[in-house]
Amino acid sequence: MSIGHTLLGLLESGPRHGYDLKRAFDEKFGHDRPLHYGQVYSTMSRLLKNGLVEVDGIEAGGGPERKRYAITEAGITDVERWLATPEKPEPYLQSTLYTKVVLALLTSRDAADILDTQRSEHLRGMRILTDRKRKGDLADQLICDHALFHLEADLRWLELTAARLDKLREAVAR
Amino acid sequence: MTSVTSVSATPSVPAGTLLAARDLRKAYGPTTALDGAAFSIHPGEVVAVMGPSGSGKSTLLHCLAGIVTPDSGSITYNGRELTAMNDAGRSALRRSEFGFVFQFGQLVPELTCVENVALPLRLNGTPRKEAERAALTWLERLEVDDVRKKRPGEVSGGQGQRVAVARSLVTGPRVVFADEPTGALDSLNGERVMELLTDAARSTNAAVVLVTHEARVAAYSDREIVVRDGKSRDMERVV
Repeated sequence: MSIGHTLLGLLESGPRHGYDLKRAFDEKFGHDRPLHYGQVYSTMSRLLKNGLVEVDGIEAGGGPERKRYAITEAGITDVERWLATPEKPEPYLQSTLYTKVVLALLTSRDAADILDTQRSEHLRGMRILTDRKRKGDLADQLICDHALFHLEADLRWLELTAARLDKLREAVAR
Repeated sequence: MTSVTSVSATPSVPAGTLLAARDLRKAYGPTTALDGAAFSIHPGEVVAVMGPSGSGKSTLLHCLAGIVTPDSGSITYNGRELTAMNDAGRSALRRSEFGFVFQFGQLVPELTCVENVALPLRLNGTPRKEAERAALTWLERLEVDDVRKKRPGEVSGGQGQRVAVARSLVTGPRVVFADEPTGALDSLNGERVMELLTDAARSTNAAVVLVTHEARVAAYSDREIVVRDGKSRDMERVV
């Protein structure tokens, strides 16, 4: 999963401090793996260097300075591109896809569109495997079948998520 | 001065398209089944129609096949407007140019398998012997000639579905409409039916409209369209 894109996506709804970003990330996506503050800091430095975020303000306090980050136009374009690009079909994609779908809902983009594009990419992979299977020997068939069943499981998750988008939209808005 | 060219109410269909539909709308009472759906297919192409239950997939197939008339929209088959044809015209078209495979073979239980496959030819006026000879050739191609004398109740689900595929191809259709053709089969039989159906269709240059919700079945297609809430989305033109 791309932490940079996820943090950028979270910034789309408005500027936030690094600590707020970490909290929002952990709450939405980090159920079993909360983000280290160091990861937030290094990611934001990289995004800043690449012009995808800018410093919106600095608060001086008793402790260290607190930078507030805002997403730039280039950052929004980057999130848009990431969300629109299907993931390479491979097992255990769910966390990335889940993140993309939730971010799309959070930023009022078309989440069904992401699922349709991904389904198409998976089917493209399944067509190649099916073709190889038709032309191959039994060993080819069994190897391709293994990959096909994994992709099919992903696709069933995509269909189920598509059917539950309205509920998910309500849940993430809370 | 140039002459006035005729203006057609039907939007132009891209060259080479065998069957095309535009802006199809169909409601059953208060329920909208199709809400501006579109479709197109070329000869020899296999197109999967995917989407959740109740999305309008089967209604789209029934409209394309001339079984159901849409409330509005256009369906062009080989340059002819289907919605402008009367029932008899559409019936004749279905018998001579289209083939059908459904989830449950829908074979006639009183007839033997070879008689079932020969039936579409007999309905078109082909003499019995000639029709059964052609039927037997298709049963051999679908690897079920050994059940030719059996009745549908005496054969397995997989065999029955192959007989149904043979029946759909016996008239040499230009388009085969397959609605969940493997829905009642286990995966091994389902895959064999898909292999045989798509091989046979490609070798005769028939187009296949394949309605399915199974990805492994859709993987036998060349491309897919997705139907959701009565609207269609052609994924080839999106990605």
